Amino acid sequence: MNSRIGYIAFNTFREAVRDRVLYNLIAFALLLSGTAILVGEISIDIERLVVVNLGLTAVSLFGVVIAIFIGIGLVSKEMDKRTLYTVLSRPVRRWEFVVGKFFGLTGTLVVNTFLMAIGVFLSLLYVAHKFEKMDAWVLVALYFIVLQFLIVCALALFFSSFSTPLMSAVFTFALFVIGSLAEDLRGFARITHGFGGWIATAVAYLVPNFSALNVISQVAHGDPVPGRLILYNSVYALLYSAMAISGAVLIFQRRNLK
Amino acid sequence: MAAIEILDLEKSYLVGFWRKRPKLALRPLRLTIEEGEVFGFLGPNGAGKTTTLKLLMGLVFPTAGTARILGMDMDDPRVKSQIGFLPEQPYFYDHLSARELLNYYGQLSGVPPKGRSARVEQMLARVGLSDSAGVQLRKFSKGMLQRVGLAQAILHDPKLVFLDEPMSGLDPMGRREVRDMIQQLRCEGKTVFFSTHILSDAEALCDRVGIIHQGELRGVGAVAELTSQTQGKVEIIFCAQGVPADLTSLGAEARVSGDMVNAVLPEERQDAALEVLRRERLKLISLTPVRSSLEEYYIQKLRPAENRKGVGV
Amino acid sequence: MSATRRVNLVAIAVLSFSMAGAMATLCAIDHIRRGSVGQEALYLRSSKVLRRLSLGYTGLLADIYWTRAVQYFGEQHHNGSGDFRLLAPLLEVTTELDPRLLPAYQFGANFLAPKPPSGAGLPGSALSLMKYGVEHNPDQWRLYYNLGFLYYTEFKDYAKAADAFAQGAKLPVTNAFMPILAAQMAQHAGEFDTARMLWFTTYQSTKEAQIRQNAVEHLLALQVDEDVTRLEQVVEKYRAQTGRLPASMSDLERAGFIHGTPADPKGRPYKLMPDGRIEVQNPESIFFITKGLPPGAAPPQPPREARPDSK
Repeated sequence: MNSRIGYIAFNTFREAVRDRVLYNLIAFALLLSGTAILVGEISIDIERLVVVNLGLTAVSLFGVVIAIFIGIGLVSKEMDKRTLYTVLSRPVRRWEFVVGKFFGLTGTLVVNTFLMAIGVFLSLLYVAHKFEKMDAWVLVALYFIVLQFLIVCALALFFSSFSTPLMSAVFTFALFVIGSLAEDLRGFARITHGFGGWIATAVAYLVPNFSALNVISQVAHGDPVPGRLILYNSVYALLYSAMAISGAVLIFQRRNLK
Repeated sequence: MAAIEILDLEKSYLVGFWRKRPKLALRPLRLTIEEGEVFGFLGPNGAGKTTTLKLLMGLVFPTAGTARILGMDMDDPRVKSQIGFLPEQPYFYDHLSARELLNYYGQLSGVPPKGRSARVEQMLARVGLSDSAGVQLRKFSKGMLQRVGLAQAILHDPKLVFLDEPMSGLDPMGRREVRDMIQQLRCEGKTVFFSTHILSDAEALCDRVGIIHQGELRGVGAVAELTSQTQGKVEIIFCAQGVPADLTSLGAEARVSGDMVNAVLPEERQDAALEVLRRERLKLISLTPVRSSLEEYYIQKLRPAENRKGVGV
Repeated sequence: MSATRRVNLVAIAVLSFSMAGAMATLCAIDHIRRGSVGQEALYLRSSKVLRRLSLGYTGLLADIYWTRAVQYFGEQHHNGSGDFRLLAPLLEVTTELDPRLLPAYQFGANFLAPKPPSGAGLPGSALSLMKYGVEHNPDQWRLYYNLGFLYYTEFKDYAKAADAFAQGAKLPVTNAFMPILAAQMAQHAGEFDTARMLWFTTYQSTKEAQIRQNAVEHLLALQVDEDVTRLEQVVEKYRAQTGRLPASMSDLERAGFIHGTPADPKGRPYKLMPDGRIEVQNPESIFFITKGLPPGAAPPQPPREARPDSK
């Protein structure tokens, strides 16, 4: 492993943490504990269901917003404020910068998710008074959410390698929404014919598949997640991120810094 | 061996939203800078100074041409560990302290871990920031940031230092300090390439200057030669509608602007010239020895462009 | 330059490899999750919850659920599983999210009630869906039509069918067949004509390919059923006149009962069996027929491989 990538990753992480990115955790904690208490009061029998559904959905949405926010913010800031000049005039290759940023961002998100996950399990404990075997599947759902963040981060980097911060945010969020409906999109594509069908199929397979990474309602009901899905989803997320990152590198390699 | 050999480096940008047209930012530039030299790159804002530096740093890519730095191709990754760069109006990571920032840059530049923190402290002392080394950079003033910028540029003991407008935005004290530091770099045998639009800085520091205007290198000269050329001359400014013939016969170069005349002539004819003014009952405004020949040179190099522009339209 | 080029080449290689790999993995994931489009309907049966989750974009969510329903049905049909458990909840969620989504009702009327493998075999669900539809869209004759159709075909309840057709016939925008259907229901008259009118109206009143295809197949089957019935009557008449069964179609033609050799809608001549029955040459080629089959044969159904949407 190239040590410069590590330094850049660590610096990115440190900057994100000091930039109070993790402040969202406070909002998250308030939301979750408030809901847990409220749900404990009013919904008999489905407390666990509601806490898991709401907790995981919140982790996912908070995380995606943070991922887009820091993924684009930290990169475009480097260009806007020209800190990139002093980095790239050192023996740092451009690809190392992109890859280092990616690792730093995912590190931040993993820590962020880890802390939010603790919150989810605490409120689960609060409403159910004990952990059950099926709570292990919640961990899988959380793992899938981290995989989602990986892809979102890579996409944010990809877009900010050639676009303005605002447009990058819009593109990334749009892809997140479209990707969450990816399976429906492939359904559409399958029943469309001719040239349009070709286009639809290509688009449907190219957008990130966030829907397979969303097993929230499944685990809320305590249903198991097939092991093969865990494996394939991991492979998919890694490959998709690699794809976006190498795209970002290719574009960034030839970009003239303003 | 030349420190920098710029071989017809050229850059044009595409401008316009709909139909993009190329706009020339830098006409083919050929320039050689010797090792150990302090070279000043002079020109008004937007002349192409920063573009040249960014091309050499590999931040933007040339449309044509290339350059050799320290005998290596400018794209050679090894070049980067031997050069330092201070961008114009530098800005660094807000949430790091000066010490952390220098440490990070030290890591990126491949400064060995063993002596790294000692080196960082040394640099902080050198730019006078030892007392505020632990303060986050967002609390720094512009002048302090400039010092951090200098520290990071020389942190890894580079052979060649590029400084983009190192004195801009600084108070007189700060400018003095930066001047001293550049002098010191010269003493250490480093090559310094710096851009500025402040002539006095260039005159005080540089071995040679290059003058660039509208993306074109207009001239290169050794400061010592330029200053000797005009030594012993005086400039007389007085009120008149035209240049008296007697004055011209004294060998004065005169220029009329409005109802004032600006005449430059050798020092020994100063008294004769004043006699002419007295005789013609012209009002004397000022009489000063001409010191800065660089300014003359600079203006002379810029002027043709203005004329050319006027004719061209 | 060479360093830059090397990075570019590696990046291109990684890009192509990971893109291909991601697509392949996606196919594998789809395979694992086959049929999972409707899965959520199992969890989110309450459309009230969904309504809230949709943050007000109920129209969009309804559209998504509607495509999921169509896709689910198509996929299950294609797999030949005959298991359409999720069709009812999917259509219910769809219509509750957007009660004015007419194609969803028509789809439900046509595919919820019939027995598997051509439908979900849930006439009760179909009926409540249609009632809900009529309640929320009292100005749509098509829904009354579908309701009457259901009463007639699935429940054999002529009175309620007649009532539904009559109500639909009173609407300002309606179909010319509606009053006739109402009348025919009332007198249980003309089985074939009624059925033909019903399927024809179905065909006319929708753009949904699966429903149209289904209607066409029923119309063809009706044609066969009617032909076979008429031909068998002719054979009966021949026997009454001559005292024996005809040996071939040409006997009937010589006797002046028919002109030319009668053929089914696919152009294959009908077969006259030694016992006087009429059979189609290839029973598998026309679905849903009830007559003209070898003794004891079940009415043929659309083959499982045939994608209903592939027409």
